[in-house]
Amino acid sequence: MDLKLVGSGEEEVSNVVVNEVDFNPEFISRMIPKVGRSEGLPAEVIPDYENDEEFLKKVHHVLLEVQVEEGSLVCPETGRKFPIKNGIPNMLLNEDEV
Amino acid sequence: MRLKELEGYLQQVDGFENPKVDLEQYPTTPHIAAHMLYTMDTSFGDIEGKLVGDLGCGCGVLSIGSCILGSAMTIGFDIDSDALEIASRNCVEFESDNFELVQCDVQHILPCHKWKKKFDTIVMNPPFGTKNNKGIDLEFLQLAIAMANTSVYSLHKTATREHIKKKAIEWGVKLDVLAELRFDLAASYKFHKRKTVDIAVDFIRIDCSATSSAHGPSNSH
Repeated sequence: MDLKLVGSGEEEVSNVVVNEVDFNPEFISRMIPKVGRSEGLPAEVIPDYENDEEFLKKVHHVLLEVQVEEGSLVCPETGRKFPIKNGIPNMLLNEDEV
Repeated sequence: MRLKELEGYLQQVDGFENPKVDLEQYPTTPHIAAHMLYTMDTSFGDIEGKLVGDLGCGCGVLSIGSCILGSAMTIGFDIDSDALEIASRNCVEFESDNFELVQCDVQHILPCHKWKKKFDTIVMNPPFGTKNNKGIDLEFLQLAIAMANTSVYSLHKTATREHIKKKAIEWGVKLDVLAELRFDLAASYKFHKRKTVDIAVDFIRIDCSATSSAHGPSNSH
């Protein structure tokens, strides 16, 4: 189940930092089959993506450069929110959820 | 990068301020961390350009070191907010933009299948299971194998070597003891009566490439 990213309040995610990270097309190509779909990315993986630098750079940006400082990850199935504080998502479960 | 140079950098990584006994927050010394990472990178090519996970990362010395050696991305997992805060500071200090942190109970990772076989390499200095948490070392190891496509590097008490070897066979993975270390645990806690406690620790490598396509180890214990 892919968690959905939302803001800390009702509003959109506001506190986002972008850090420049060296682009490694080989690594990004390897990661594409492993990651879920995300907003900001094309809905479908395009064929022959390994050779599409523009596409790989978009994925690189979302995967490595965009850092959400404050917000939440929400499970669409249960509505359970996992808060992100200082860029660290807190995935700890309560005792009754284990 | 030379080994000495790496060790020098890792000496500047901040460690635990108030280590928690129940979480077995013993630091990985810069010396041991540097040797582990250097071996992983130069002998096996398992760091540079790889997605690396660090289970029970604490203040992140292994994670930071893997970033220094050019991992494409390193994700550190830990249960403790205080340790993560220090790890986060270290991350800023070392300008490791490819270092991410996740707060979670490592023992509850696997049910969340998101992480299954997603990493190239897992490195860790897990709890040894000596503080009323017997068996946690093997739980960490089993989870690490489930998360890694290529290899797992870990530290375990030499006394448990035969037991871990048996488990590795059971899980269908190949285990190599790369080095036997002396863990010179400085008296970090009040219950350590002697100044230092020397214990023998194995630095192991587990080749999980055989499990990456077939069924990995199950989560039963």
